[in-house]
Amino acid sequence: MLTLWGNVLASGILMGLVYGIIALGLTIIFGVIRIVNFAHGAMVVFGLYVGYCAGAWWGIPTIVAAVSAGALLFVFGYGLETLVVKRFVTRPHHIQFILFIGISLVLSGAQLIAFGPDPRPSVSRLSFETIALGPIRLDLARLQAATVAAVMILALAAFLKYSTFGRFIRAAADNRLGGLMVGLPIPKIYAMTFGIGAACAGVAGALISPLFDAQPFLAVDFTLLAFVTVIVGGLGSFVGALVGGLTIGLTEAVAALLFAPSLKSALSYGLLMIVLIVRPRGFFGAKET
Amino acid sequence: MQKKRDALPDRGAVIGCLAAFAVLAMLGGVLNPHLISLLTIVFLFTFIGQSWSIMLGLGGQLSIGHALFVGIGAYSVAVLNIRYGLSPWFGLVVGMALAAIVGATLAWLSFRFEVRGIYFALLTIAAAEFARVVFSGWEFVGAMEGLFFPAHSGPNSFWMLRGDARFYYFVSLAAVLLGVSATALIRQSFLGYVWRAMRDDEDASRALGVRTFLHKILVVSFSGAWAAIGGGLLALVQGSVFPDSIMGMGISVDILVGPIVGGLGTAFGPLIGTLITLPLDHLASAIGNKFGIPGLNNVGYGLVLIAAVWLLPDGIWPAIVNSAKSITRFSWFGNLQMEQVKK
Repeated sequence: MLTLWGNVLASGILMGLVYGIIALGLTIIFGVIRIVNFAHGAMVVFGLYVGYCAGAWWGIPTIVAAVSAGALLFVFGYGLETLVVKRFVTRPHHIQFILFIGISLVLSGAQLIAFGPDPRPSVSRLSFETIALGPIRLDLARLQAATVAAVMILALAAFLKYSTFGRFIRAAADNRLGGLMVGLPIPKIYAMTFGIGAACAGVAGALISPLFDAQPFLAVDFTLLAFVTVIVGGLGSFVGALVGGLTIGLTEAVAALLFAPSLKSALSYGLLMIVLIVRPRGFFGAKET
Repeated sequence: MQKKRDALPDRGAVIGCLAAFAVLAMLGGVLNPHLISLLTIVFLFTFIGQSWSIMLGLGGQLSIGHALFVGIGAYSVAVLNIRYGLSPWFGLVVGMALAAIVGATLAWLSFRFEVRGIYFALLTIAAAEFARVVFSGWEFVGAMEGLFFPAHSGPNSFWMLRGDARFYYFVSLAAVLLGVSATALIRQSFLGYVWRAMRDDEDASRALGVRTFLHKILVVSFSGAWAAIGGGLLALVQGSVFPDSIMGMGISVDILVGPIVGGLGTAFGPLIGTLITLPLDHLASAIGNKFGIPGLNNVGYGLVLIAAVWLLPDGIWPAIVNSAKSITRFSWFGNLQMEQVKK
């Protein structure tokens, strides 16, 4: 019994780290540009397809696929911000919402045209292998995903904290006008931030490709998952996204064990409602959103 | 922005509005069944879009989970009618009450700690998804298998709200007319002034004695009750309710695309916008199916949405009005184009 719980909790934490970077992408974009990326789920699925192509077509390891998905999505996000999103930064929320719904539809539609509506399972040898850690057995695909996610989180945190450009980004998030006054390259910062956010989604998507069958319709689910995670953790907070991701990962794992697996999202939303009643801005929410 | 007179719509505007509805009513007699059913859906989404538009355009609260209220209305009508044989009118009233309570609760939960702006919008979508997941697993309301209204035969019945396609065409057209009038009336009422003051500057209006907390709850709950009526009618027109097709995120998106593309805060925006976007969506699907390329419709519709918010920032209706004005130098539509939401 204890072993079962140990296994479930361990896999919940591992998935939680992956959810954490999905949420991190969303929260970084919001924290700096003050825009909610409603196309985030479509970007995760983009990464999922990169992982699928790499694994099923060319036999490239998932880690390499994750790095390439990150690079691809970074370029995509950077370009999207410079060409389109930039013009909408000061527009009202509902206009931004329509814009991103449009972007999300275009992305999902392109995926649908390229790969069709059928689920694409990417068969990786990792999917079947496990590693024993005392009484707990860890699924190798999950372990790898979580490790890469953890490395990425640490790298991102170090980048934001210690590098010059990371300081720029934090300064822009803190005070845009002040940043402009001291001569920060705000357009470049925004484009970089959006690129980093998109790259987070892409890496996460490629990492979970051995676990999820790639399908265009998953975009909505991932977008909502990211929303729930950031609301629980607190929108715009780096630590909040991580804590939110781990909480949601654990909740889903426990829900799948205690109730029917189909109810796992219901329990996440239930958790969200509780957080809403106790702490409406999430664990680490900013004062003014 | 030029300053606009803020009185009841002038006589010319009212006549123009009634003429437009008279034309639509006459069209109901001559159009083919396919167009009739398409326009019926357009009208119902316009009606629901008007409720959404009240919440953002007057109350300043953005909802991206309006399918929650639509679903509550639809299920109230469906459950009371199918399980207990009650008239849909009871269902509509019960749905309104439930949606008002749910809306008030949601608003109370978020506004009591000063949760504002986009955070509230994310909460509405989370609540809608929560409801969808719960309804998907709830046997009493049919779970994933949904509920079906029994097939209707015999004469149209206003009491049981059952009839042929043309009957629903006129019912939904009447709903839209009611919606336009109600929007105009509320704007001029005391509540309308209070809500707009609160929308433009919440802190300032509170300083002047507006109980903003109460009024924010009120506007969400009012808009929810209105949307529930639309949901109940939508369920009757479709003849069935499923959690995904009545409460899904797609419905929430469809509701707000029309009013935004048409022109937010205008009387005719929701109708014009929905009249353009919804058939366009159907057309894109038809073209995608014809060429056997699934996904083509998504790309096409997505590009249209991006182009719409890019090229026509205030919506289509204000663009039409402005070009009509510059051609005729008349302000026939002057008072029907209400001010834009600033935010």
